Amino acid sequence: MHLLEPRPRPSRLMRWTAPLIAIVATLLAGSLLFWSLDKSPLASFQVFFIEPLTSRYGWSELLVKACPLILIAQGLAIGFKARIYNIGAEGQLIAGALAGGGVAIYMEGSDSAWVLPAMVLAGAIGGALWGALPAWLRTHFNAQETLTTLMLSYIAGFMLSYMVSGPWRDPEGMNFPQSIMFSDNALFPLLFEGLRVNSSVFMTAFAVLAFWLFNARSFMHFQLEVGGHAPAASRYAGFSSKQTVWFSLVMSGMTAGLAGVGEVAGPVGQLNLNISPGYGFAAIIVAYLGRLHALGIVLAGFLMALIYLGGEAAQVSLQMPFAITGIFQGMLLFFLLGSDVFIDNRLRRSA
Amino acid sequence: MLDILIPILAGALAAATPLIFAGLGELVAERTGVINLGVEGMMLVGAVASFAAAAESGYGAAAGLPAGALAGAATAMIFAFFALSLAANQAACGLALTIFGVGLSAFIGQHYVSYSLPGLKPIAIPFLSDIPLVGPVLFQQDAVVYLALLTFAAVAWTLSKTRLGLLLKAVGESPEAAHAIGYPVIAIRYGAVAFGGALAGVAGAYLSTVYTPLWVQNMSAGRGWIAVALVVFATWKPARLLLGAYLFGAVTILQFHAQGLGIMVPIQFLAALPYIATIVVLVVISRDRRVLQNNLPASLGKPFLPWPS
Repeated sequence: MHLLEPRPRPSRLMRWTAPLIAIVATLLAGSLLFWSLDKSPLASFQVFFIEPLTSRYGWSELLVKACPLILIAQGLAIGFKARIYNIGAEGQLIAGALAGGGVAIYMEGSDSAWVLPAMVLAGAIGGALWGALPAWLRTHFNAQETLTTLMLSYIAGFMLSYMVSGPWRDPEGMNFPQSIMFSDNALFPLLFEGLRVNSSVFMTAFAVLAFWLFNARSFMHFQLEVGGHAPAASRYAGFSSKQTVWFSLVMSGMTAGLAGVGEVAGPVGQLNLNISPGYGFAAIIVAYLGRLHALGIVLAGFLMALIYLGGEAAQVSLQMPFAITGIFQGMLLFFLLGSDVFIDNRLRRSA
Repeated sequence: MLDILIPILAGALAAATPLIFAGLGELVAERTGVINLGVEGMMLVGAVASFAAAAESGYGAAAGLPAGALAGAATAMIFAFFALSLAANQAACGLALTIFGVGLSAFIGQHYVSYSLPGLKPIAIPFLSDIPLVGPVLFQQDAVVYLALLTFAAVAWTLSKTRLGLLLKAVGESPEAAHAIGYPVIAIRYGAVAFGGALAGVAGAYLSTVYTPLWVQNMSAGRGWIAVALVVFATWKPARLLLGAYLFGAVTILQFHAQGLGIMVPIQFLAALPYIATIVVLVVISRDRRVLQNNLPASLGKPFLPWPS
């Protein structure tokens, strides 16, 4: 049973190679899965991971999916460093989408250039508020944020369902639970003719830069890391753990809210029940796979986006359900956690 | 009034049943110091496996329940390997298990989306079921509702009255001490996690073969997470878990009777009530730090590896 022994000091090499090992292990396990379904693993990987990247359209779709994932993961990484486990980014995304989408619906018919900026602002506030709620519950009532953020995700889902089948339902939408399609000034402008990638990529790019600077330069970031690694030292130094909780949850709520606006004012173009294919959960994996580092998260975000694209491609050309994306995501997180063990430990040499 | 009260109370018992199974399983795992946040995933894998077994074998829930238990326990072993043998972060491993289980169950379940099963007929216990109010509520349920009560009694008795229960609790309170006197801590935790997985699988099986006998993607709808919250609410005591589960059963069932009771609120608000209630009970129980700290298994969530010193 005792497979491991501690290393004299943590391995820097393993810290950065663990994600690669996890990816290779996921591909191997994926081959087994395809093979057990009587599909050639090589041909399946060709469909899953290569073909999506052989066209301009594919690269545009990759960006469309990577942007929300990267944006959310940047915010989550802040909390994860301080061991604040916000696993309800999906709900904060929905809250942001509702707030931003609400602005678009109430300003329908206006030709103001301020509609989109107002939506972005509303989305950031909506997401931040949905993150502030578990922060309040944690700091005032000691309620664990893991469970409260997750419960709030379900509640946000019901709010969305209520709004699009009630007050905000499109009167000409044949009773489908969806809002009106947003007009052009409520949408991020497209970057290229015929492709879905839009100017919300600059929002994500700005966030990456901001979080990179924050991580490298700010005292707040230092407090977060100390709080996560050595809570006792952090208290002794007089750093406020309440402040850390508030900051982590509000920031991660805000980035998720912005991602929500990016979806409804982007590829989705309205409020409906399918505004996110689980980006809020996948972003947790992205944050860890990217080593909670602003630039690492960018790479991990692209990989996760490729898994989403591959899932869609497999649906079309291999007649596999899209759920295979979830299987790959779960395996990736498992293998990453397993590889991470070898940062501080190694296999026992002698029995 | 009685003709509306009886279906609500009887329905609450049925709605509580998956929470009792999943919650008891998680409670036992947590008493040995392992927090497994993968309950939702194990429940879904159990649900789809039992639905497949019930549909393919033709034996219905009788084949479905054991299949669900096996599938839940098998899924739990993935978690156990990473969280116990490799001592990886338990919370994150549980989350991975949920993501994996949601995907895997949807993947397998695609074949079964248009099937439906006969379900289970309620068993009316002779004489007792004729008692007014109490009879139809308590003694005209399907067999699995009674099985949940038996499981509760077995778990409560084992934990409080047997050597095995003492051992499980000792491993949770002080794995170092249990290891030092020669008990195989990791193996005992494996067992507890497998038991938790099996019960989560049975909870899922109840949903897909008895409660609503059909397969719907994500059909557990957060019940696995509510079960995890119930264990905290119960302060790791089986009797309080049972109470909490019935409370949640009542809240869940209320939405189907709201119109009959003349409550005119949007259906989404009623559907959100169990999740709102979860937050409320977490707040109520967590407010007093001492209550949690006095009952919390001391090694909960902390990995254990018997290092050679």
